[in-house]
Amino acid sequence: MAVALPIQRAPRAAGSLSRLRAVSRGVPGKAKVGGAILGLFILIAIIGPALAPYDPSATSLQTSALGPSAHHLLGTTSTGQDVLSQLLVGMRSTVVLGLLTGVIATTLAVVVGLSAGFLGGAADEALSLFSNVFLVLPALPLLIVLLGYLPPTSGELPVAIVLSALGWPWGARVIRAQTLTLRNRDYVLAARELGERNWRIILFEILPNEVSLIAAGFVGTVLYAILTSVALAFIGVASFSGWSLGTMLYWAQSQEAIETGAWWWYVPPGVSVALLGMSLVLLNFGLDELGNPRLRDSGRLKLRGRTWRASDPTPIVREMA
Amino acid sequence: MTAPETMASTPVAASLGALVLEARGLCKDYRIGRGPGSSTVSAVRDVSLQLRRGSVVALVGESGSGKSTVAKLLAGQEWPTAGQILLDGEPVRPSSRHAFRAFKSDVQMVFQDPFASLNPTHRVRYPLERAVRLHQRELKGAAIGAELVRLLEEVRMIPAEQFLMRYPHELSGGQRQRISIARALAVKPRVLLADEPVSMLDVSIRLEVLDVIDQLRARFDLAVLYITHDIASARYFANETLVMYAGEIVERGPSEDLTQNPAHPYTQLLLAAAPDPDRLGAPVDERLKLGGRPVAGTSARTAGCRFSDRCPLAEDRCRAESPPLRAIGEQRAAACWRLEVAAPGLLADAGAERSTPMPR
Amino acid sequence: MSGAKPITAGTPAASLDARPQLPVLDIRDLSIAFAGEHGNVGVVRHVDLGLAPGEVVGLAGESGSGKSTLALGACRLLRPPAVITGGSVIYRGRRVSASGVEILDLSGRQLRELRWREIAIVFQSAMNALNPVLRISDQLGDVLDAHLDLGREEKRERLMSLLDLVGIPRQRLRSYPHELSGGMRQRVMIAMALSTEPEVVIMDEPTTALDVVVQREILAEIAALQKQLKFAVLFITHDLSLLLEIADRIAILYGGRLVELGSAEQIHHQTAHPYTRGLLDSFPSVRGPRRELAGISGSPPDPRDMPPGCPFEPRCRFATENCQAVDMRLLAVPGSAAGHVTACPYVKSDMLATADASRAAAASNGGRPA
Repeated sequence: MAVALPIQRAPRAAGSLSRLRAVSRGVPGKAKVGGAILGLFILIAIIGPALAPYDPSATSLQTSALGPSAHHLLGTTSTGQDVLSQLLVGMRSTVVLGLLTGVIATTLAVVVGLSAGFLGGAADEALSLFSNVFLVLPALPLLIVLLGYLPPTSGELPVAIVLSALGWPWGARVIRAQTLTLRNRDYVLAARELGERNWRIILFEILPNEVSLIAAGFVGTVLYAILTSVALAFIGVASFSGWSLGTMLYWAQSQEAIETGAWWWYVPPGVSVALLGMSLVLLNFGLDELGNPRLRDSGRLKLRGRTWRASDPTPIVREMA
Repeated sequence: MTAPETMASTPVAASLGALVLEARGLCKDYRIGRGPGSSTVSAVRDVSLQLRRGSVVALVGESGSGKSTVAKLLAGQEWPTAGQILLDGEPVRPSSRHAFRAFKSDVQMVFQDPFASLNPTHRVRYPLERAVRLHQRELKGAAIGAELVRLLEEVRMIPAEQFLMRYPHELSGGQRQRISIARALAVKPRVLLADEPVSMLDVSIRLEVLDVIDQLRARFDLAVLYITHDIASARYFANETLVMYAGEIVERGPSEDLTQNPAHPYTQLLLAAAPDPDRLGAPVDERLKLGGRPVAGTSARTAGCRFSDRCPLAEDRCRAESPPLRAIGEQRAAACWRLEVAAPGLLADAGAERSTPMPR
Repeated sequence: MSGAKPITAGTPAASLDARPQLPVLDIRDLSIAFAGEHGNVGVVRHVDLGLAPGEVVGLAGESGSGKSTLALGACRLLRPPAVITGGSVIYRGRRVSASGVEILDLSGRQLRELRWREIAIVFQSAMNALNPVLRISDQLGDVLDAHLDLGREEKRERLMSLLDLVGIPRQRLRSYPHELSGGMRQRVMIAMALSTEPEVVIMDEPTTALDVVVQREILAEIAALQKQLKFAVLFITHDLSLLLEIADRIAILYGGRLVELGSAEQIHHQTAHPYTRGLLDSFPSVRGPRRELAGISGSPPDPRDMPPGCPFEPRCRFATENCQAVDMRLLAVPGSAAGHVTACPYVKSDMLATADASRAAAASNGGRPA
């Protein structure tokens, strides 16, 4: 005789708006702030060049080294180029490079890490050796050499590939470790019990449980790419056909902007890089908390204006009853 | 309120169904460590059992007794170091994926942990649908949906459509366990290996889940292997009980007879240690006192009876020679040199001892 | 000082007083909730429980019953967002002032002095409670250092006698936790708990993770220790059949509420609450004739979604419309010795005498109480 069992909870409120609200309440503040700032930068990257009032490479002797004014909101460089235009155009290059590197490196890391962790045995040994070799290569000197070989008009993709080649192994190791853990979970064994093929198990049982890890890895890789490319451009290694935040800083430094007091030249790109980096870091922390709710708040409670720490004895709040 | 379901009152003992899955002399060794410092642990030694359609066999043992390893061997998750597994009398050694899948369509396992056996990122529908697609290929389209509803109704989860849309974390432990059973059922197996299916559930809902398994056994004539550490539930749920200690079967027989008249000292120890609410009224110490020496820990003896370190009746012969599984009467067997002392009444009832050892 | 004579384990039910005079741990009307952004969730609601000196009281319940929360909350060990929303917890140990001390009023420092010295706790998983990088001797020694003022020799003596007390061979004193078996580790936990001779020992599922044979040994040792040192025990477990053997009185919790309280004898033979009956029927017996087993249909309640009135109503065989208006006050069980109380005003003991009888009665009455 079948017994009807009441379902524990009422079905979720219909309507996507309330569901959206519920989801957004669960997202940690850090992720929201970081995401918002990053979103702003991506927006600038998309529409920046269209908004630029001048051609960033257009030089002019009359307007050289002028501070911020109505004509040039962020002033001009020593050769009369508009700083604002350079910023708006350069943002795109930097952001695109970062995202491209993130995508390539993360894909590589996921493929190698998942395979190594799941297949085990000889495949794992081989793939781990492969990633360890890349991990051990001295990154900065190799980058300088490789980037030096690239023709100056190459654009972002080749640079992204070079950066990815040296940025993927760390993520691969992390994903491999996580896969090793998940491989022995009961639900994976249950999928095997059904006779599922290996590739289906990897893609549909294991991968969905690593999404937060992969997202965090992606964000971290983007950060690495942006900071590295800015640093390399600053020391003069990057290509100079286009504009980027790094090349702005290079020219500012080589034209002695600090000594001449032309703060409008190096502060905007510097602050942009810093903000961009910070937004990525916040996003990463926020995603960590999302994946591991225990990291949030860690036992602190704010009630009636007082804050109780985890180490305090259980608070007594009689009015709450 | 409808009355809760009750366990079947008498086990199906007499009429034995067809023999489906058999284990003969299974052994499984594990290597601990690597290189010169490594050692071999014999997790399962010479285990034989028979699973028949429509009947439940219980495998009772503490943690470390090897009972879960036996389940993994029978499920094909691991390979035995020695011994055979026979399906319908034919040795099983699935070499290809195809052969493995064919074996799996006959023998399915239900896992212990209701919280870990369902993928948290999938709705309930997904594992059930995969099971149906892989093992009931003839169904297509709407027929699959109908089958999923039918499966959930078999395990008494109604309304089925609503449950199919849920994520595992929205369900209780008992509900999740029933989903796992439904998944195993979707394959239409003949053998169900239940590895401690209710140990991690609340006490009051265990019986309901066991009852679901029992009803499915009756409906589909399943052969069920019930692995547990709780010998009391074996008494109620299983027709035959096998007691394992340190990788070996030390006693076997019909559940009721075995639990009421245990022969092997270890079985006697297990039964004496089980809480007995009907023992109220005696002073505390008396109730909790166990006969014999205090027990120390699990043994890893290589020679002799593995229980001899803890056995109150152990003699030199016990420590030197491992006792074979000896038949006592028609349906019972125990592996002990000291049966005349441990269970004199049983031996007398059974008549003269048989000196030929039985296969374990 | 407590005027009542200590009630030792094994005293037959008939001689227990109504409510033990001056209990050593006196929990009254305790309510605990978890504060959340979406509102507060009550996990323990208005529970009264008294522990007499030297008594063993069992706290039985399943998930969502609030049994661990109750015990830990009474010692104020719960971390935020847990909040105590009402009630009082008075401790009246021999070493403390005669009128007792209100635990809910103590400061952090005062609590630290009280804990372990007076009220000790043995947790469920010794592996989680013991520090894996410290030797047993260090951990036991830490407890002694924190609460007692002993010289080096005295401390060593004390450590040795503690190990003897719980049956650990002396040479294991210098071991690390992972070198010991599960049963040994739990013995270390018990030794730690008893090292300062507390008056009350709270045991939270101390043997659940252990095999049934080791469990039996540990319980025998606890019983012997209790006879010797005369401390009171609050034993928390889901295993009601175990409590019937070892406890003097048993409190049954469901959905954060106390639904029945009585001696082990009364709970077993004069069951006065449908949940208790259901729980008793869920334990297959090894000895004796094969009983009818039933279990309880449905699932344990979600504290966020509690029905009005009796929390057990959705699963209860005898439920009627009146049950949603029950105020869960504890009422004396008619026909039973004093001290036996239940939260169910409708069902009588004889209706719950056996599973068969109660099912028959419910069926013939169409589900209405007699």
